[in-house]
Amino acid sequence: MKKIVTLFMAVVLGFGLVACGTTPAEPTQPEEESATLSGEVSLSGSTSVEKIGIALGDEFMALNPDVDFTYQAIGSSAGVKNANEGVTMIGTASRNIKDSEKELGMTEQVLCYDGIAVIVNNAVDVDELTLEDVQKIYKGEITNWSEVGGSDVDIVVVSREQGSGTRGAFEEIVGFEDELTVNALLADGNGNVHATVKSNAQAIGYISFTTINDEIKPLKIEGSEPTVENVLDGSFKVSRPFNIIYHDANLSDAAKKFLQWVQTDEAKDIIEDKGGIAIR
Amino acid sequence: MKKHEKFMQILFFISSALSVCFILLIVGFILTKGLRPFVEGDYAFWDFISGTRWNPSDNPSAEMYGVLYMIVGSVLGTTLAVLIGLPISVFTSAYLAEHASEKMRKLIKNGVLLLASIPSVIYGIFGLGFIVPIIAKFSPQSQGQSLLAVTVVLTMMILPTMIAISENAISSVPKSYREGSLALGVSKTHTTFHVVVPAAKRGILVGVVLGVGRAIGEAMAVVLVAGNVSGGLPTSLFDKVRPLTTNVVLEMSYATGLHQDMLFATGSVLVVFIVVINVILSRVIHKMGAVE
Repeated sequence: MKKIVTLFMAVVLGFGLVACGTTPAEPTQPEEESATLSGEVSLSGSTSVEKIGIALGDEFMALNPDVDFTYQAIGSSAGVKNANEGVTMIGTASRNIKDSEKELGMTEQVLCYDGIAVIVNNAVDVDELTLEDVQKIYKGEITNWSEVGGSDVDIVVVSREQGSGTRGAFEEIVGFEDELTVNALLADGNGNVHATVKSNAQAIGYISFTTINDEIKPLKIEGSEPTVENVLDGSFKVSRPFNIIYHDANLSDAAKKFLQWVQTDEAKDIIEDKGGIAIR
Repeated sequence: MKKHEKFMQILFFISSALSVCFILLIVGFILTKGLRPFVEGDYAFWDFISGTRWNPSDNPSAEMYGVLYMIVGSVLGTTLAVLIGLPISVFTSAYLAEHASEKMRKLIKNGVLLLASIPSVIYGIFGLGFIVPIIAKFSPQSQGQSLLAVTVVLTMMILPTMIAISENAISSVPKSYREGSLALGVSKTHTTFHVVVPAAKRGILVGVVLGVGRAIGEAMAVVLVAGNVSGGLPTSLFDKVRPLTTNVVLEMSYATGLHQDMLFATGSVLVVFIVVINVILSRVIHKMGAVE
C-alpha cells in the first residue's frame, strides 16, 4: 500500500514538474504567431448537429489552443432561444428557421445539409416508396406492406419522440404534421429507432444519414437513393438544412473567426467526414 | 462532555431535517410547475387527467395533453410486476432463510445482489434486444413493445429489493416459532408457509412498498420496451403503453413552454401517486401490526 502511495505521489510530482517546465515557455508562443485567438465560442442547439458541431469545435481548438469551445445538445428550439437570449453565442437548428424565430432578427447561416433516410427492416420486401406512400404510412392510411407492393403483413411504424428536430423535419418534409398515427412506436434518438427497426421484421422508421448501416435497409424515395449526391442535386426529397443562428452583437472575436472558418474546405472535410452534406 | 453531546444532537437533527427538506422542496417545485397550466393557463385539468391522447404541437388547435392512458399504463405495469414478483420473492426468501445450504445461500444472495446493482438502462437494452423479440413472436400484434414487456422488465428489476427485504423479515422470525411448530410434528414446508411467512408478513409488505416505488418510478428501462404510443388506453397485455415516467424522459430534452409545464404536470401525477400508495400501504402495515 505504502509503495502505491509513493508511486502515485511520484507521478503527481512528475506531472507538476512537467507543467512547471512548460509554463515559462508559453509566453513566447503567442509572440511568434502574432495575436493568437483566444476566448470562448459557445454553441447550443440540435442534437443532430452535435456530432458535426463537436468535431468542428475540436479541430478549431486544435488550431487555436487558447479558444474554449462548448456545444450543448439541447434541441433546435432551445438552441435558437439560447442564441436569442445570449445564453450561448450561437444556436444551431436541424430544420428551417420558423417564421416566429425569423422575427427575432438574428443572422442565419446554413452550415450544411442533412438527409433523413427512410429505413425498413432487412426482412421487408419493399425497396422503394413515393413520398406520398411514406406520408400515408405515417398517417396510418396504409397499414399493410401489401398495399405498397410487399407481402401481406402489417406495417410497424416507428417514429421519434415529440419535439425531436429530426421528427419535426421529417413531418414537415413528408407532410403529416400533427397527423402521426396513434399506433406508432416512439423511440428517442436515432440509435434507438435504428435498434427498434432492426429488431422488428415489419418495421419502418427514419434516421439521419450518419446512422445508416447494413443492419437495416434504406429505401429509395421517388426512385432516388438516400445519398449525399442526391441531396445536393435535389433529387432525394427527404433532406433538411443544418442552420446556425446568432445575434452579431453577441459574438466574441473567436466566435466570428469560427463562423468564417466553418466555410473553409478544411471545415467542410470534417463536416463530410461526420456525415453532413457540405455546400462546395 | 455535555457540550459535545449537545453538538452531536444538533448534527443528528440537521442531518434528519435535510431529507425532509429535500422531499418538501422537490414536491413543492414539481407541483408549482406542474399546476401552472391549469392555474395560470387555461388548460382544463379534466382534459388533462381524463384525456387519452398526447400530442404536443406548435399548432394550438392540434395540441392535446391527456395522461389517463399513461396512468393506466403505469398502474397496470406496476401492479402486474408486483403480483408476479411477490410469490417469487417470498419463495426465494423462504428457500434462502429456511432450506438452502450455506453454499447455495451465498451463491443466490450474491446473484440477487448483483441483479440489484445492474443499472436500469441495461435492463432496458436487454428488454429491447431479448424480451421484445420473443414477445413479438407470439403476440397477436406485430410488435413486441408492450405492457407485457414492461411487466417482465419491471419484475426483474424489483425482485432484488423484494427478496432482500422479505429474506430479512423471514430470517428475523424467532427460532422458537419454528421449533414449536416442528415439535408438533408439522412438516418443514407447512411450518414455513403457516408459521414463518405469516409472522414475517409485515416485513414482506415493506418489500412490496419498496417494489411498487421502484416499479412505478422506473423510467430508463421502461422507455425502451414500452412502445411509448401517443394515445389509447391499453386493453390487452400486448398493447403498447406509455407509462408516466417515460413520458417525462422521452420529451424533457426538447420541451419548451406549455409542453414543458405539462411534463411537470405528468411528474406531479407521479409524485401524488407515490405519496398516496405509500400512505395506504403504510396504513395497512400499521394495522396488521396492531392485530398481531
